[in-house]
Formats: sequence, structure tokens, C-alpha cells
Amino acid sequence: MSILGTRVIRTEDPRLLTVGGVYVDDLREPELDGAARATFVRSTVAHALITGIDASAALEQPGVIAVLTVADMDDMPPPPPAGEFDPDAPAVEGPLPLGGPWSEPLLAVDRVRFVGEPVAIVLTDSTYQGEDAAELVSVDYAPLPAVPSIAAALAAGSLLFPDAGTNVCQKGGHDTSDEAIFDGCDIVVEGDIVNQRVACLPMEGRSTAAAFRDGKLTVWTSTQNAQLSRLILTAVGLPPDAIRVVAPDVGGGFGAKIGVDRESILIAWAAKHIGRPVRWVETRNENLLAMTQGRAQELHIKIGGSRDGHIKAYRLNVIQDTGAYARMSGFLPSLTVLMAPGVYDIPAVQADYKVVVTDGTPISAYRGAGRPEAAATIERAVDWFAAEAGLDPAQVRKLNFIRPEQFPFVTKTGAPYDSGEYEAALDKVLAKAGYTELRAEQRRRREAGEVRQLGIGLASYVEVTAGDAGAGETCKIDVHADGTATVYTGSSAHGQGHHTAFAMLVQAELGIPMDKVEVIHGDTDLIPDGVGTYASRSLQLGGSAVQKAAIEVRDEAARQAASLFEAAEADVVLDADSGLWQVRGDPDKSLTWAQVASQAEGGTLTANVRFTQAMPTFPFGAQLSVAEVDTETGKVTLLRHVSCDDAGPVLNPVLLEGQRHGGIAQGAAQALVEEVLYDADGNPLTSTLADYGAITAAELPSFELVTSETPTTLNPLGVKGIGEAGTIGATPAVQNAVIDAVSHLGVRHIDMPLTPERVWTAIQSAGLRQ
Amino acid sequence: MKVELTVNGKEITADVEDRMLLVHFLRDVADLTATNIGCETTSCGACTVLLDGESVKSCTVLAAQADGRSVTTLEGLASDAGQMHPVQQAFHEEHGLQCGYCTPGMVMAIVSLLKENPSPTEAEVRAGLEGNICRCTGYHNIVKAALSAAAAGVDR
Repeated sequence: MSILGTRVIRTEDPRLLTVGGVYVDDLREPELDGAARATFVRSTVAHALITGIDASAALEQPGVIAVLTVADMDDMPPPPPAGEFDPDAPAVEGPLPLGGPWSEPLLAVDRVRFVGEPVAIVLTDSTYQGEDAAELVSVDYAPLPAVPSIAAALAAGSLLFPDAGTNVCQKGGHDTSDEAIFDGCDIVVEGDIVNQRVACLPMEGRSTAAAFRDGKLTVWTSTQNAQLSRLILTAVGLPPDAIRVVAPDVGGGFGAKIGVDRESILIAWAAKHIGRPVRWVETRNENLLAMTQGRAQELHIKIGGSRDGHIKAYRLNVIQDTGAYARMSGFLPSLTVLMAPGVYDIPAVQADYKVVVTDGTPISAYRGAGRPEAAATIERAVDWFAAEAGLDPAQVRKLNFIRPEQFPFVTKTGAPYDSGEYEAALDKVLAKAGYTELRAEQRRRREAGEVRQLGIGLASYVEVTAGDAGAGETCKIDVHADGTATVYTGSSAHGQGHHTAFAMLVQAELGIPMDKVEVIHGDTDLIPDGVGTYASRSLQLGGSAVQKAAIEVRDEAARQAASLFEAAEADVVLDADSGLWQVRGDPDKSLTWAQVASQAEGGTLTANVRFTQAMPTFPFGAQLSVAEVDTETGKVTLLRHVSCDDAGPVLNPVLLEGQRHGGIAQGAAQALVEEVLYDADGNPLTSTLADYGAITAAELPSFELVTSETPTTLNPLGVKGIGEAGTIGATPAVQNAVIDAVSHLGVRHIDMPLTPERVWTAIQSAGLRQ
Repeated sequence: MKVELTVNGKEITADVEDRMLLVHFLRDVADLTATNIGCETTSCGACTVLLDGESVKSCTVLAAQADGRSVTTLEGLASDAGQMHPVQQAFHEEHGLQCGYCTPGMVMAIVSLLKENPSPTEAEVRAGLEGNICRCTGYHNIVKAALSAAAAGVDR
């Protein structure tokens, strides 16, 4: 029986549980002996010109090796020439800055644009010395008016990039001016919502160590993809083959560790510049100031349809706050626009976006990256529409779903959905949750006028995974003369369980037991070509590549086995359960993998492949949340969360459930507690974990998972991505539940996070209106 | 100043800066790197260790405060024969960890929690873990692991 689909506990765990992982700060490589500690001097103001930097006092401190500023960077290659800037150009795909007048420097040149922007680097013998000395670096700022919000950016009273002449750095999407799409609608609902800025907050922040020796730069960094990091690190003026990037254990990423940030490039440069290894491990304060953050959109919605519940038209205008630098420019809101209509067959859809720069921390991918915003928006809109029509929100969803027989289905925004069973998914969560009984209990509490009211929130969602499916993923498998196998994957683990999943695939194809399979990732010397882990792409692309390489190795082994057996290749078979090679019809003779691999040239059987996929996949699901709201205090308690997330056939339910749990919690976190805040001068108000309300176990229930497996035909495993699905469904389900709990009091909408203060205020204002 | 700590049963004497934090003593002096730093504000619990058997967040304890006392870190939990502690075993079996960064602190917090309350309810486990942040698991399987370790009888 194949191991695929069975519950296999992780091979990664014993080491992590007994001696702990080896993250960048734990590395004891000899190349890092005597490494200097780097401490960044960061901007303390949101927007200012730098008029002077005086490091003399810092340089007198014990243990200080150097204080580096942009003036020391004369050994760096010049930045690429400023290109022509076209605000209407299509969105840049991937984590690339816009360039031109919007370029992001490595160290601040003469202007700072957010609190936390790197201004200087202090290199010391020890960490404590670095903290002391950094305090003594004196930076003179001539403050400029801050641009602390989307509204301030659009008002253009202060320009962050004066050469650009605007704070709007990108526009895209479709024409949204045609009012006629709402003609004939009995009901039209319109409104504004905020998808607030949140912190990605991996438990390990950013960290990088670098050593430059004999013309070769080695960089250990906490990244989701070593190969992309290497490409970015060529900015120090070295060709890729003079750089080795290693991703050791990585303590979470969630999108914020795709490639490397400017700080890591600076650490690599500093090691080369001073001729001594350098290590940097950011503090949580730095992490909350300067690691890229997520979401940060303001959206205008208009939805219309018939009184019987059919949605006829939907319009979405997205404004993306990209922070001080356009790391991803229009990529995130272009995904929001692409996924705007969600799971619904809406005859007319219009969606556009614009991207503005503000004095916030730069925005980039965060678990879902543009898709959670789309789901959160359409799912609020559908609830608005259902409420206006006086219909049950489940019923309205069912009336408007794209039906199974309509797939493949291309939406009005151009998303080519591969497969989906949206109504079945919703029915499963309604049944599991006991929807009818929940509504009855809600009615009872309302009629009794109880203080604690019950809300039921629904979200049906579809998302896009492996958006860059064509880039694919690489895999090399070696089967050695001792019968063990080594898998080199371009995919990059940071908690997902790649090593377990990929070893399972090898065992399933080759019959080599998992404990004889070593999986290696994240080292560009060993794996020069690879793409990495983001966009829920690892199993569908990385896993399919492992399977493809295993099949190629098996074919090569069959040729070797045939020669050893002196049999025809067609008669040679592998028993994938026992891992033995045999000749058909002659069960007495068999060869082990060790015997077959020994026969190969150099004693190793090798296959080196890249798997690409024709298109992205579109996983889907439905989630139902049950929330209790104390109407006197506004306090929300999440009582239950039921989730059906369909990502196709399941390779290992243990890993799948883990991804869903974590995703749901992060989605609920955005709905309930998390928000990055700035004051009117652009000063961050949430720059430690004492201020930023990361969600804890005490605020969450255990989750109730329902299974559903609709395969895709786009890869041989039939799988789609699951890493982000939970987040995409959970945010609107939880938000809808809380608002549903108080909707009978006249509350139509509350922006996230649904803190007691906001909920209480919404109840009070609704009471005043009525 | 000179401090003398017993870490995982082993005596360690060192001259350290007065301001040295216990977590830095463990990581840099004792060279035990399982204990991670996640926040520096006593908020996340990644650095949780046992000080004389009680859980503390080692990012806000001075090495000097631990002078003459006994510290247990994740590395000190398994038996000398390498048998995982029941809480470690439960984390493995229940998939209570993903990236592993919060895990050492989470495991130590649960060891301490179960010592105080050997048969907690789910709500008690959740309340007891309020000071430990995990960003990967959604806490679901961590709570399961704690309950399963309790059911197995940690101290038996």
C-alpha cells in the first residue's frame, strides 16, 4: 500500500524537539568565527532630510570596529540607471522594486521615508556593545511633513519622491466608470471598507550572517528561497557563482522572507568591505519597524442585484498603501483585482487599483498576498447584499456560485479557475456546524434580549496558488550505492514539513524507506537552480518535481537492473512496497537498490529535473465561524470555527491540517486583534509585542475541519496549494460572524480588527441612529 | 561579575557583564542554543526555561539573578538515554510544531503548566499558554499535545 495519503508524523521533529533548530543566530560554522555583530542605526522620524551623521562618539566606544554609512559604499557597483516611469504600466510580477524615481536605496542617502529605515551600520565585537554604540551615532534630521495614510498620500501635500511628482506609483485593472452595469438592479449597496495593515511576525525575525574569503561570499540568511536571495545579493558587485547562499533552519516566513531585504544585502557588503565575517539578528522592535508588512488596502465596493438574491454587478476600487517603498508595486492589488468576484458567477464585474506610497513600513507578501483582501471584500459585499434583500446569506451564496459543470471557468476579471465544488463545500460546513440550530439559538438570544448575542459568519472562497506555475521547481535525486537516496529540492522549508512530504513521495515511487531518504534544500552550492517556497507552491511544483525525478531515476535503474538480470528492460519491475527489483514471472530473483545503484556509473543513479505547470491552481473552500459578542462591553469570543478547505488529494493529512490550523489562526488574528498603527506624524505605535496584539491560544477555539478533495489535472499529484487557504477563508468568516451577532441592533459593518472598543462603538452609534 | 549556575545538571561558572541576560548566558556562555529570543519584552515566551523548576522568560531575567540556581532548558529534558520527555513526545505525535522557533519555550511552558496542574482542561491549557506565541500552528495541535501529555501522565 502506498504511503501517500496516510498520517505520517514528521521526520523534522526529533531534532527540533531535543536540541532545537539551527537558525542563523545558532550557527557555529568555523567561517563565522570572530564574526562582528551588526546593529543598524535606523531613522527615528517618518520623513526628513538627513543633514549630517556624526559617528565620532560611537567610534570611541569599546569594541566598535566601524560605523558604516552610505559614504562608505564607494566599493558598490552603481545602481541601475533610472528608467522611464509609466504609472499605467502593467504590474511588476514578483518582489521587484519599481526603480526609476521610486528606487529604494540600501542605506538612506539624503532622505528617510519611514521610521526604521536603515541609516548606518555599527559593527562591534559583541551585541551589547553594538546597542550602546548605535545610541551614540548622531543623525541630524530636517523634518518634512509626514505622509502617514492613504488619504495623506492622495492629498499630495507632501511628496515622498519629489522627482516622481506624485505619491501614486502605479495604477491598473479595468475601467470602472460604466454605471450602466447597475441598471436594472433592484438592490444596490455601496460602501468603504479597510483591510488593515498587519505584521507578518514570523517568530524568528530577519537574520543574516556573511563571510567573504578568497573571492567567495557565503551568506547564511533566514529566507524562503536561497536562489532568489543569491540573485538579489549580486547587488554587492559579485557574479552569482561567487556567492553561496545557505538557508539554515528558518523560523517562519509567511511571505516576508521571500528573497532578502536591503539589510541582508548590507550585511553581505559589510563583511566584504571590512574583511571580517558579520552577523545580524534583528530585534523584535526592528522586526516590527522594518520587516515588510501585509494587507494595507482601502476598498470601495458597489454590489447590485435582484430582490430574489441574484447578484448582477460588482465593482471594486482598491487603493494599496505600499509603504515607503514599492517593493511589490502593483502586484498585490493586481491579485486582489484578479480574484475580486470570488466564487460567484457575476455577469458584470469591474475592478481597478492604484498604489500609493506612505511613510509606513514597506508592504509586501503576507500569507495570501492580495487574495485575502479580495475574499474579505466580496464576502462582506455578499453579506451586505443578502441583508438588504432580507435573505439568508447562505442562500444568497448558493444562488450565485459558479456551478461544478461550468469549469473550467474564466471570471470577468480573467482568472481561469480549474475546478471547484463551491456549494458542496458550503453544505459541508453548514451541516458540520449545525447551521439551522445555530440560527435558532441566535433567534432565541435576540428575542430574549440577552447581553451575549450570537453571530454566525460565512465565507466561501477561491484563491490562486502557484501563481508563477510556469517557473516550476527543480529536483535532483541521487540513489547511492548503499541504497539510500538524497533529494535536492529548489523548494525551501520553513516549517511546512517538506522533508517528510518529499521523502514520502520518494518512498511511494521507489520503495526506498523514508528513513533512507535525505532531503536537502536551501544551499546554492548544492542546488544552484531553484525557485523556493511562497504562493502555496511547494507540493504542487516542488512535490511534482520530486515525483518526476523519482520516476526518471526509476527508469534509469530499470535499464541497469535489466543489464544485471540479463533480461529485457520491459520485463524488469520494481516492487514499490519492498523496494526490490525483479524480473516478471521470476519471483526468486531480486536486486536491491544498492545493487542496482552500484552498477551505475560512479555508483550513483541520478535524475535532475524541473517540473513546470501550465497554469496556477485555484483551491477553494468554505468556512463558518461562530462568535459571541457581549453587547455591553463589545468583547468578542470566538466560540467555534468550522472549515472545509479543498486543495485536492491529500499527501499527508497531518501536514495538511497543520497548514489549515495555522492559516485559520492568522486569518482570525487579522479579523479580531492585529493592526499596525501610526500616529499623525508617521510614528509607529505598535513596534513591540507589548503593543502589537499577536493572537494567542487564549483567544482561539480548537478548529473543526471538514475534508473535501477535488483534484486538479494540472499536475500528476492532482494537488493544489494549502498554505494560505485557511487565512483567506477565516478573515471574512470571523468578521462576518461578529457583525452578524450585532446586525439586529442596526450594525451594518465594522472594520477590522474587531476590538471591544470598535464593536462597542458600532453598537452605540447604531443605537443613536435608530 | 562572577556567576555560578547549574544548567541541565552541569555547573557553569563564568565572569559576565552585570547586565547579561539569562538567555544570553545560556546561548553564548553555556552554548545551548535551543532557547530562542522572540521579543525582548516578555511577550512571546520563546525564551521560556525553568529556573529552580519554575518557568521564567529568560530574556527578562539577569544571569546574576540566576546565580547559584538551577536552570533547565529544552536540551535538558530528554533522558540520558535519549528518550524524549512525554511533552516532547506529545509534540511530535500531535504535530505540535512547524518551524520550531517557539517550540523550546512552548515545551518548557507546558512542562511547567502540567507540573502545576497535571490534569488541565482545554480552557486551562489555553489560558496557561497565553504568554507563548506561536505563528505557525494556530495553537490547535499544541493544545492537543499538552492535553495528550497530561493524559499520558507526565510525571509517571
